[in-house]
Amino acid sequence: MNWDAWLPVLVVASSLLPGLVIFFLREGNHRMRTLLNLAGAVLKLVLVSSMIWGVFHEHVYESRWTLAPGLELVLHADTLSVLFVTLSTVLWLVTTIYAIGYLENAPHRSRFFGFFSLCVSATVGLALAGNLFTFVIFYELLTLATYPLVAHRGTSEAVRGARIYLAYTLGGGMLLLIGTVWLYVLAGPTAFVEGGILGTLPADYHPQLKMIFLLLIVGLGVKAALVPLHGWLPQAMVAPAPVSALLHAVAVVKAGAFGIVRVVYDVYGVNFADQLGLLTGLGIAAAITIVYGSVMALFQDNLKKRLAYSTVSQVSYIALGTAILGPIGTIGGVVHLVHQGIMKITLFFTAGNYAETLGIHKVSEMNGVGRRMPATTLAFSIAALGMIGVPPVAGFVSKWYLGLGAMEAGMAVWVMPVLIASSVLNAAYFLPVLYRAWFREPGTAWPAEHIPAARFETNAALLWPPVVTAMLALATGLFAAAPYSPLEWATLIAHREYGL
Amino acid sequence: MADTPIWLVALPLAGALAALLLPRLATAAAIVTGLLTTVAAGVLLFGVATQGALHYEIGGWTAGLGIMLRADGLSTLLLLMTALVVLAASIYASTYFRKTYERARFWPLWLLLWTSLNALLLSGDLFNIYVTLELLGLSAVALASLGGKRAAVEAALRYLLVGLLGSMLFLAGVGLIYAGYGTLDLTVLARVLEPGPVAWPALALMSSGLLLKTALFPLHFWLPPAHASAPAPVSAVLSALVVKAAFYLVLRLWLDVFANVITPASANLLGLLGAGAVLWGSWQALRAERLKLLAAYSTVAQLGYLFLFFPLLLALPAGPDRDLAAGGLAMLALTHGFAKAGLFLAIGIIQQRCGHDTIRELDGTAQHLPATTFAIALAGVALVGLPPSGAFLGKWQLLAGAVDTGQWWWLVVTVAGSLLAAAYIFRVLGHAFGHRPYPNQPVTVAREEWPALLLSAMAALVLGLAGAPVWGLLEIST
Amino acid sequence: MLTTQILYALAGCVLLALGVRGALLHASVLLRIVAINIMGAGVFLLLIAVAYRGPGLAADPVPHALVLTGIVVAVSATALALALARRLQVERDDG
Repeated sequence: MNWDAWLPVLVVASSLLPGLVIFFLREGNHRMRTLLNLAGAVLKLVLVSSMIWGVFHEHVYESRWTLAPGLELVLHADTLSVLFVTLSTVLWLVTTIYAIGYLENAPHRSRFFGFFSLCVSATVGLALAGNLFTFVIFYELLTLATYPLVAHRGTSEAVRGARIYLAYTLGGGMLLLIGTVWLYVLAGPTAFVEGGILGTLPADYHPQLKMIFLLLIVGLGVKAALVPLHGWLPQAMVAPAPVSALLHAVAVVKAGAFGIVRVVYDVYGVNFADQLGLLTGLGIAAAITIVYGSVMALFQDNLKKRLAYSTVSQVSYIALGTAILGPIGTIGGVVHLVHQGIMKITLFFTAGNYAETLGIHKVSEMNGVGRRMPATTLAFSIAALGMIGVPPVAGFVSKWYLGLGAMEAGMAVWVMPVLIASSVLNAAYFLPVLYRAWFREPGTAWPAEHIPAARFETNAALLWPPVVTAMLALATGLFAAAPYSPLEWATLIAHREYGL
Repeated sequence: MADTPIWLVALPLAGALAALLLPRLATAAAIVTGLLTTVAAGVLLFGVATQGALHYEIGGWTAGLGIMLRADGLSTLLLLMTALVVLAASIYASTYFRKTYERARFWPLWLLLWTSLNALLLSGDLFNIYVTLELLGLSAVALASLGGKRAAVEAALRYLLVGLLGSMLFLAGVGLIYAGYGTLDLTVLARVLEPGPVAWPALALMSSGLLLKTALFPLHFWLPPAHASAPAPVSAVLSALVVKAAFYLVLRLWLDVFANVITPASANLLGLLGAGAVLWGSWQALRAERLKLLAAYSTVAQLGYLFLFFPLLLALPAGPDRDLAAGGLAMLALTHGFAKAGLFLAIGIIQQRCGHDTIRELDGTAQHLPATTFAIALAGVALVGLPPSGAFLGKWQLLAGAVDTGQWWWLVVTVAGSLLAAAYIFRVLGHAFGHRPYPNQPVTVAREEWPALLLSAMAALVLGLAGAPVWGLLEIST
Repeated sequence: MLTTQILYALAGCVLLALGVRGALLHASVLLRIVAINIMGAGVFLLLIAVAYRGPGLAADPVPHALVLTGIVVAVSATALALALARRLQVERDDG
């Protein structure tokens, strides 16, 4: 084996091995745990950087490992996987720092960080999966690794939330598995190939392929929280803030959305999927989810729940972009994978900060919080404006390309109203929060002030991560045209998918 | 190399005698025997992998009156699994039984059980199989009754009577076969057996005896009480290996010896009973109040999956697809053996450390016994059939076979059973992760916990991720 | 034509069936143990019938070996069953 074959393995192992070691650390061994976590995260970042460079220059990174005759575990780096891997790696680093601050002195940290690393390893493995079989394996591993994180607090509410999460995701996983096996029996090992591989199958397979598509999309839609499969997401909010942040921005929800992108582009091929008439259904499901999630978010007083419904809505932009035929729509969907991640993680970090510092869990308790916690609230505001789609924050870029793509594909008639309605609704549930935070007078006392105001408004480890990700959200919007920016990379993906 | 098979029988037998004669050294003798026998199983595996199936004539007597030992890929894999499971359970048992008289009773029977398991897996003729089946049954019953409580004795007695009924039916079938064909050698029979008035009733008699012993639904009634009330290491071996031995014989008879005689209807019947086992066993496991009963019902369900393969194997034409399905069956059986043994050992630890195994009162176990909880979780992953366990690859072949032959109903049963399995496993884990205001201090006791952890990891990780040689040994490739 | 061989075999079958019926239907442990022994006797009889090779010819040794081994197994199994049943009885009397 040479470097090209080892690199994908190392990218996965750089979080897997530290995670496994962390399980065996004594609870009090704080320094060693932190060192392992950060070393793994930084190492992964270095490895991924070299992978980005290589993939851009059309280098092939691939590792294969036979599990059984005809069933191979394949890790393969292409443009799409590199995009998702990079997102996971960067946000993992930030979230780890945040989690170290967040869980200071909390019990069971070894268990927490162990599973946290496993969760990231599963996400990265899923991103690098080179065929549907490998994808399914990491998809299920992700479910398993996140269950203990959701149940982490051990309260009956947490255990219940975790159970609901599991019921949904394992059920979805089964459908995905059936679809994958069926496809395997029809077409053999389904490697992910840009442009898809099923287009060459004879026409009498088409009805079966439609059924399989339905199974796959429903299976993936559970994690991607497509309505009506989203029921677990608001329940999983009981998890600690860093877990929610990772779940919503990178790991679980994104895994589902990423899977949809993979199935449409690299298994079926977008043109073949369109030819079978599958894209319209997907687009409609995405559109319904976008509007439904936004409407539900309006009525949530609990801040994390409002953000959760916002995730339901925002993640479906990715599915919507996938359903829009043509490279521009593709760019909009794929780039939103990154943009939504950066913005949503900022929102969850800041929500965690409000809860940890002042005991604020509800929107109605946020009056005047901008004066007490200006930096946190600024980060929150940037991300929220980005979600609404205000330029120059990242979210604007995604929406712009989605709209443009829809016009180009002749789908503007129904995509544009959805985009506009969703933006109006986004504004309706975020702007009142910003108004309260900045312009209302604070009440006499905060619900529960855990961390008194000192040099920083809260612990440094809690403050810096959202500030950094908010800056990232701004920067990806401002410098969208710079080389190696998410937008440029999404353009590269679209070019390779459409063979331009 | 050629005489390794006899060592696999002679070593544990010698150990059993040593343990009987020197009760004080019984534990040491058992562990040494365990290590040596495992090495022998490893050597045999190497031999079969490099030279193909092995034959050994005991005392130089040829087939007929003499005893012939045979080892091919499948039996060697099961022998090695048996060795690893028994060795791990032996290490666990060396701390489980605290009183001297308990050990003095336990070890000779334990090693005798191992002897009979090995002999059964190596047997190449029907009569030898009958004898080893009886030895296995007797030693298993005696071990199951060691718990000493009334429930254990009652369950053991029922187990014995059911086992005897099964053996007699089997023997009657053997008699018919000899009357019709004048030989009991499996290889010869496979060549000469023809559908007809001899083969059908013989197969029916032998199969019903074996199905009773392998506890296929609805003949499973005796299993849950017997497996749930035996001492933990015994439960582990009963559930992981003893029922599997009877299943191995069903498999041999149906797929090799009686291959010409089997009709699709009879294979469908087995599949149907298997489906009943999967659904009923999983449902009962979900409703069980005690961990051990849950594990026992889960065994009923898991054996059901193995029977789902029969209609598929019969419908698939000979070729790579059929081989793959057969490989999936073997993989599922192996994974279940390791996982269930690990699960029962872990339950034994919980039972001894917490003083009970009531599922509802397990809150805080993840804090109190982290390694044991992890072992249960790993075993659970394998029982549900999630990746990266070997069972995932097994179920993959099951699903692929069902799709390939258009028998969708088995797919539905498999998926429903897997979801039920997830429900009963995560019911336990949900409690284990539950919060307890004043948890007990975390405890890790290496000698108690490692065997369970290693067995579970074998099922959930090793067989799935590094299991490719297993398929090679079964001579399956595409 | 009802030869001795067939008579033996039929008697064996009848005993086997009677034994199975008893083992399944009786509630009493002792009766079930006896029933299983009757079943065993039926099977052995069947095997003895199988061994017969005609007048003047030596009987086939293989079924005989089977019967001998079978009897040994049946005796020990019966002993174990009786021991367990007795232990239950003692406990029942104590309780």
